Amino acid sequence: MREEILYELHSPYRESLKVHGYYFGQGNKTACIVGALRGNEVQQMYVCARLIEVLKKLEAEGAIVEGQEILVIPSVNHASMNIGKRFWPIDDTDINRMFPGYHLGETTQRIASGLFEKIRGYQYGIQLTSFYMMGEIIPHVRILDLGYHNIELAKAFGMQYVMLRRPRPYDSTTLNYNWQVWESNAFSLYTTHTDEFDTPEAMRMVDHILGFLSHCGVITYRKRPGYASHVVTDKNLVTVQTATSGLYRYFRNPGEVVHKGDLLAQVLDPFEATVQEELFAPVDGTVFFRQKSHLINQNAVAFRLLEESTGDM
Amino acid sequence: MIERVIEVGLPVDEKLVIVRNRLQPDELRGDERRIAIVTGTHGDELEGQYVCYLLNDIIQKNKEHLHGIVDIYPALNPMGIDSITRGIPMFDMDMNRIFPGDERGATAEYVAAGIIKDLSGADMCIDIHSSNIFLRELPQIRINEQSALKLLPFAELLNMDFIWVHSAATVLEATLAYSLNQIGVPTLVVEMGVGMRIDQHNGQQLVDGILNLMQSMGIWTGPVPNVRCPIISRDGHVGYINAEKSGIFVSQVDHLDTVRQGDVVGAIVSPLTGEVLHQIQAPCSGMIFTLREYPVVNEGSLIARILGGSVQ
Ligand SMILES: [Zn+2]
Repeated sequence: MREEILYELHSPYRESLKVHGYYFGQGNKTACIVGALRGNEVQQMYVCARLIEVLKKLEAEGAIVEGQEILVIPSVNHASMNIGKRFWPIDDTDINRMFPGYHLGETTQRIASGLFEKIRGYQYGIQLTSFYMMGEIIPHVRILDLGYHNIELAKAFGMQYVMLRRPRPYDSTTLNYNWQVWESNAFSLYTTHTDEFDTPEAMRMVDHILGFLSHCGVITYRKRPGYASHVVTDKNLVTVQTATSGLYRYFRNPGEVVHKGDLLAQVLDPFEATVQEELFAPVDGTVFFRQKSHLINQNAVAFRLLEESTGDM
Repeated sequence: MIERVIEVGLPVDEKLVIVRNRLQPDELRGDERRIAIVTGTHGDELEGQYVCYLLNDIIQKNKEHLHGIVDIYPALNPMGIDSITRGIPMFDMDMNRIFPGDERGATAEYVAAGIIKDLSGADMCIDIHSSNIFLRELPQIRINEQSALKLLPFAELLNMDFIWVHSAATVLEATLAYSLNQIGVPTLVVEMGVGMRIDQHNGQQLVDGILNLMQSMGIWTGPVPNVRCPIISRDGHVGYINAEKSGIFVSQVDHLDTVRQGDVVGAIVSPLTGEVLHQIQAPCSGMIFTLREYPVVNEGSLIARILGGSVQ
């Protein structure tokens, strides 16, 4: 293992932000794994930390295939993590909306540019990331449909679901999108946890990543059998929204199988605790996303269910 | 006529409400043209608040000159303005990056979809912004080059100092203006002043321009002051100065000053050591139309933009 400072940004009042990279193996730029681009992505950083732990052992055992280089970057935005913010401390910008970056531009454009210079051109780009809505999501691998995605490769993670999503305007500035533009095979891995770390889930993610690297001939690793992935798109998701607002009490978790008519959640009056609304599963399926907050708005996305017997496009 | 156009229940005994004040003649013919004035998408930008007040006041005191519909939306992000939050509180996203929204999406996306629905069919929309808390801006209109041909004739009527025709960026497709222009509502984005402050001169200047535009649309027959002729520029004539060091920016020019290439614009200094960390020189000649107002800078923070500058 070789540790390197990939980028450093000086701050007027704090110690400088240093982006650490951990290299394993030597040779072709084969695989790059990026963790927390945002200050609340603790689980994303933790998965990388656990991955580094395992890769150290594998390297010592000679399990990294010759001529292949792996780079792991556990965190980019710990400047925000240390002060409990999700986005950049001074201007609230999101580094994951700044790629490919601009070395003469604004601060977060410079961070993105400095980072991207070091991580572009890898054959495989893997980003651990979090969902834009506050809530819990079923672990899955996501690929952007830019016409040159590779579904078969995404299945090599052995995760239960591969989600193929058409890009929206803001996607053009994400890391995943720009990796693809620079001809990397790019994958975004979503975990159920974000702000808190969860060891069993992190170890499963490490296993998925190692399984993928082994499939691609980067490491020799006896992988545990994963899932035969279902390929799904937004069209397979059924949204359950609230008609009222108040205290939110949920009964189902991501990954659970539900049947049409099952009670998913209740909305209670905040002052009298009376049930004002009950949310039922509109279809048979699996809980894909669930709002996490104990207070809920009207018209909020409370659940997203993956409808059964759909999927695989 | 004040209407609650969008309502979303919040968890505890309150609703998020987007309100609109519709000013129209007492007798309607049925073929009135409609202009919408929208602002407050970013909760820390307040210039539009004064513009809405002033326009309301002038029109209501001179109702006999009104021959069309003026819809005033002072706050597209009311929770943000109320809590001095640029984005939407509880939703970590810039509201001007979620249009056209989604009725089946998160609260903010639902609200965005409702806003588009209410504005659709208008003959003109003015979307008023006031920079952010970091930068002071010359009163200007920003137009995406794709819609320049269509929008320039309207923009020239608005009494602004400057029209900036900028290149099309995919991310900007998620703005309110882009969505409205797409559905056939010509929308002009105004940027002026600085965040968290109101400059009454800027407000008056824009109101004069809006009345002028309303007159050209047949909505207003009241007196309209003479309007100025704006400078129109494309990206190539805008020079940028970004901080090369982190520290405290001390300006040596005023906003709207003219500088020559090589002139000292200011310095980045260290309060701890008393050093000048970086002496900032103008990279090109021209007018400082954007100037940093907030002194703390990181490497990369925008310090100034110069109009008339050479291609960078
Ligand atoms: Zn704004």
